[in-house]
Amino acid sequence: MGTWSSVMRTYETNFVSFAAGVGSALTSVFVLVLAGTYIGIGALTHNLGLSPWWLAISTALIFAAPAQVILITALGAGSPLFEVAIAVTLSAIRLFPMVVALMPVLRGPKTRTRELVIPTHFTSVSMWVESLRILPSLPFARRVAFCNGLSVAYCGTAVVFGFVGSYLAAGLPALLSAALLFITPLSFLMSTARNARAAIDRLALVLGLLLAPLLTYFQIGLDLMWTGVIGGTLAYATHRLLGLRA
Amino acid sequence: MNELAPYLILILVGFLPNELWRMLGLVLARGLNENSQIVLWSRAVATAILTGVVAKLIFFAPGDLASVPLGVRVGAASVGFAAFLAVRRSVFVGVMAGEAILVGAGLFYGS
Repeated sequence: MGTWSSVMRTYETNFVSFAAGVGSALTSVFVLVLAGTYIGIGALTHNLGLSPWWLAISTALIFAAPAQVILITALGAGSPLFEVAIAVTLSAIRLFPMVVALMPVLRGPKTRTRELVIPTHFTSVSMWVESLRILPSLPFARRVAFCNGLSVAYCGTAVVFGFVGSYLAAGLPALLSAALLFITPLSFLMSTARNARAAIDRLALVLGLLLAPLLTYFQIGLDLMWTGVIGGTLAYATHRLLGLRA
Repeated sequence: MNELAPYLILILVGFLPNELWRMLGLVLARGLNENSQIVLWSRAVATAILTGVVAKLIFFAPGDLASVPLGVRVGAASVGFAAFLAVRRSVFVGVMAGEAILVGAGLFYGS
C-alpha cells in the first residue's frame, strides 16, 4: 500500500471488484458496439427462421460475433455442416493469440489455472481491449473478479440486444428490417478496419472483400475457408517479401 | 429430435470449433510471442475471413436485405466506409452514414 494506493485501484473483496468490472463495462463505448451488432444478428436470426432463445444460448456459448454470423448465415443457406465448422474454426484462430496475450495480465503468483477458464471462455474484442487497458492498475488478487465482471456485463448486453433485434425484425416493415440486417456487415467492416493498423492486416482485409464474392459466385466449395487461407497467406507472403512493418 | 437438432448443431459446428482456440490459448499461453510469425499469419487469415463474411452479406444479402438493389447495398457500404475514414475512424459515424444511404435510397426505389 502506502505510495501505491494513489495509483492502484484497491477493491476490498472480489465481489466489489466484480461489481466494478460490471460498472466499467456498462459505461464503455463497447456497449453501443455490442448493442448494434447483436440487434443486427438478432434480425438475421429472425430472417433465417431461428429462435431468439437459440441465439441467446449461442451468444453465451460462442460469444464471438463473427463465428455466430458465419454459423447463422450458413445454417440459413443450408451449407454442409463440415464446411460451417471449418469456417467457424478459421474465424476463431484469432482468439488464440488474444488469450495468449491476456493470460500474463491475469495470472498472479496465487492464481489457479481453473480460475482462468471463465476469462478464457469470454475472451473477445470488447473484454480483451478493456482488460488489457484496466487490469494492470489492479492488484493481481482482484483481477480475475474484475475481468469476470466485464465478461458478464458484455455478454449480458449481447444476449439482451439479440432478443431486441429478433423481435424488432419480426414487427418492422421490410426496409427497416433490411436496415437492421445491414448493421452487421457495416459494423464488422469498420471495426475490422479500425483494428487493422499493420499493412499485412489491411491487405488481408481487402483480399477478403474481393475473394469471398468471387469464390461464392463461381460456386467454389469451402469459399470462406479458401478466402481466409488464400487471402491471409497472400497478405502474409507480401509482408515477408516486401519486409513490410508488422 | 427435430427441435433439438439446431442446438446440437450449435454445439458441434459452432461452440466446439470456436472454443478450441481459446482453450488452446490457455494451455499454451506460456512462451508464445504476440508478434511471432504464426500469430501474424493467423491474424491475417482471420481478417480475410471476417471481411469475406462482410462481402458475402453485402453481395448475397439474406432475408429482407435482398430486396434492396445490389448497387444500393454496395454504394451505401462505400459511403459508410468513407464517412468512417473521414470522421476519426468512428465506427458509429460510419454505420449511421451507411444506414442513412441504404434507407434513403431504399425509400427512393420503393423497395
